[in-house]
Amino acid sequence: MIDAIGRPQSLLVLGGSSEIAQSIVAKMAPARCRTVILAGRNGPRLSAAADLARAAGAEVVETVAFDATDTANHVAFADGVFDRFGDIDVVLVAAGVLGDQSVDEHNPVAAAEVIATNFGGLASAMLAVTDRLRRQGHGRLVVLSSVAGQRARKANFIYGASKAGLDAFSQGLGDSLEGSGVRVMIVRPGFVVGRMTEGMNPAPFSTTPDAVADAVAHGIESGTTVVYVPSVLRWVFAVMRHLPGWLWRRMPG
Amino acid sequence: MMRTRLGRQALLTGWGRTAPSSADVVHAVHPDVVDQAMRIAASEPSAGRGMIARGLGRSYGDAAQNAGGIVVDATWLDAIHHVDFENGMITVGAGVSLETLMERFVPMGWFVPVTPGTRMVTVGGAIAADIHGKNHHRDGSFCSHVTRMTLVTPTGSFELSAQSDPDLFWATAGGMGLTGVITDATLQMIPVETSYMLVDTERATDLDDVMDKMVSGDDGYRYSVAWIDCQSTGSRLGRSVLTRGDHARLEDLPARLQQDPDKARAFHPRTLITVPITPPSGLLNPLTVGAFNELWFRKAPKHQTAKPHHMTGFFHPLDGVGSWNRLYGRKGFLQYQFVVADRYGETVRRVIERLTSLKLASFLAVLKRFGPGDPGPLSFPMAGWTLALDLPVGYHLLDSLLDELDQLVMGVGGRIYLAKDSRVSPENFAAMYPRLDEWRAVRHRVDPDGLLRSDLGRRLGLCSDVNTEPGHLRPGPGSGEPAPKKKRAPGKKRALSTPIPRQNGRLHD
Repeated sequence: MIDAIGRPQSLLVLGGSSEIAQSIVAKMAPARCRTVILAGRNGPRLSAAADLARAAGAEVVETVAFDATDTANHVAFADGVFDRFGDIDVVLVAAGVLGDQSVDEHNPVAAAEVIATNFGGLASAMLAVTDRLRRQGHGRLVVLSSVAGQRARKANFIYGASKAGLDAFSQGLGDSLEGSGVRVMIVRPGFVVGRMTEGMNPAPFSTTPDAVADAVAHGIESGTTVVYVPSVLRWVFAVMRHLPGWLWRRMPG
Repeated sequence: MMRTRLGRQALLTGWGRTAPSSADVVHAVHPDVVDQAMRIAASEPSAGRGMIARGLGRSYGDAAQNAGGIVVDATWLDAIHHVDFENGMITVGAGVSLETLMERFVPMGWFVPVTPGTRMVTVGGAIAADIHGKNHHRDGSFCSHVTRMTLVTPTGSFELSAQSDPDLFWATAGGMGLTGVITDATLQMIPVETSYMLVDTERATDLDDVMDKMVSGDDGYRYSVAWIDCQSTGSRLGRSVLTRGDHARLEDLPARLQQDPDKARAFHPRTLITVPITPPSGLLNPLTVGAFNELWFRKAPKHQTAKPHHMTGFFHPLDGVGSWNRLYGRKGFLQYQFVVADRYGETVRRVIERLTSLKLASFLAVLKRFGPGDPGPLSFPMAGWTLALDLPVGYHLLDSLLDELDQLVMGVGGRIYLAKDSRVSPENFAAMYPRLDEWRAVRHRVDPDGLLRSDLGRRLGLCSDVNTEPGHLRPGPGSGEPAPKKKRAPGKKRALSTPIPRQNGRLHD
């Protein structure tokens, strides 16, 4: 159960090897979170994430195979996890790919894959876990969206569009869950300095996986539905969304 | 979310308005509905979510919530079954509130044996939390005044008393509803002549002063409590207003009341004002709370004796404000209440020091000296000092601060109160209640499949039935007694229920 101060006791991560997810696990495990289930592509990165979770103090740490695009298996995946581990307090949706816009722009198959993973695949997985969360009558679905979905930039509109889809889907799903005891929290980080963005120039208002983890923990406590990291981006994007097109196109990056 | 044809889905929280969860709420319009709900809880597809009883929802945390399962609204069990006016023995449905008992019986000369700071609790809830009042040092906790009760469990209904089955009786006292649903109980009321109290009020300059006054003087009063200003520091740390009193006899009252005995016994509580909306979190901040505490302290007379006060103002000042819990805003609040043995008064000081050093706004903390506890393995009171602090959720160090206070309290063998708790860790809880395994064994006897479940139980691992092999049961005073009489066995529940999956050697909730 999530306690009065927002500390969960069990966590399922979709995209268990994600760097942001690891920071979140590292923050939650020492507090109360004794059960951590890391779902993702099996491999050394997922096992390393499991080791980190154990080192952070989680007692029950398991890795489970999960493929966002394998939608046919999502219901079986969710049932398997919930039947085996019991109540899940927080499901963190952290899977996602960045793609390479400059290449993907000319490769429709690759572009469709980015969208299929980040949006279609996760939407399917979220519906599967939501069904179980609804039945258990409590829980949080924490979705890692991005400010890139708030207004697509020409430099990464494929990724941005996939996040925009995921973001809108999560908002609607959250509204549909009112009264069910299950809540959705959308996290919209700016540029996160880390593995996924290695070699890229940080955009203004860039942030770190640890800062995202802090914001997530705080958001769970306060029951917020949308979290920007850093929080100033809420106001920055309130303006950005309404900039005239000619100005938006001149934005750096 | 499991839906039964009996119930309706509702989002529930405790009084602190934190951690909401959704349950299928079944109105217990008759005790048979409790049986029926238990049967449904044992059947597919609801197996594993279980059920719990809920009264007036005054537990601060998640005690009367059961996410995804059944919550039996026991306030419908509101019948008054039997009254013995000669001896003050009354038998009532478990959903009858203490307010109702006072309204009905104070004018007849009988008062509840124990009342907490609110009248808005049910008899069932009072037993399940084994509540205490300002008279604990004299009269003990609520269950010491319960002569019998009916407990509906998955293995049948029991007519329980502390003599017939002491293990189950005392496991139910403070067992937070996890040993069964109490449907009715018989209480020994206490005789009163009027609905007034004779109250002595005095200010204490600091914590030592108030503790000295309580140690030396509490024995002279039936009721005693101190309100501590948790924002004073330095030499004024722990300055307080000590209020002590006893029931007034008719001759103690002013002439106008003596001439009108009906008025002297009248009990018509009114809600003066109701908080209509939830203001933004942060309304109760160090500034506003500090101003309130200052006012409260100065308003109190320096020393006043034998002043008649009506019961409502003396026992339940906050009941005059409806939904006052909304004042803490959307994020809600929690109460931290602990008890430490008499010789660890210093721990109380360290807790207050820690709060003042962080400038945390705690509204009027309450200090009380307990008498000896009762035999309940999960019953909270024990001889010593208890301090209760209301704290708003939202302060960013609240989690680590309270974990730190747990360490202080555990370090001297103290414990926290489950009816107030919404955040203790399972490990710390187990360390605070060393007789937990004894309690588990009794629970396992009446609920072997773990049908009785609550959010609090899940959070603290109380309904993951481990260490409950029969051999674990410590021989108690009643171990030689014959098995309790079964009134009726509500169906073949055990055959219907499915085992909960086992994992890593323990049941996982």
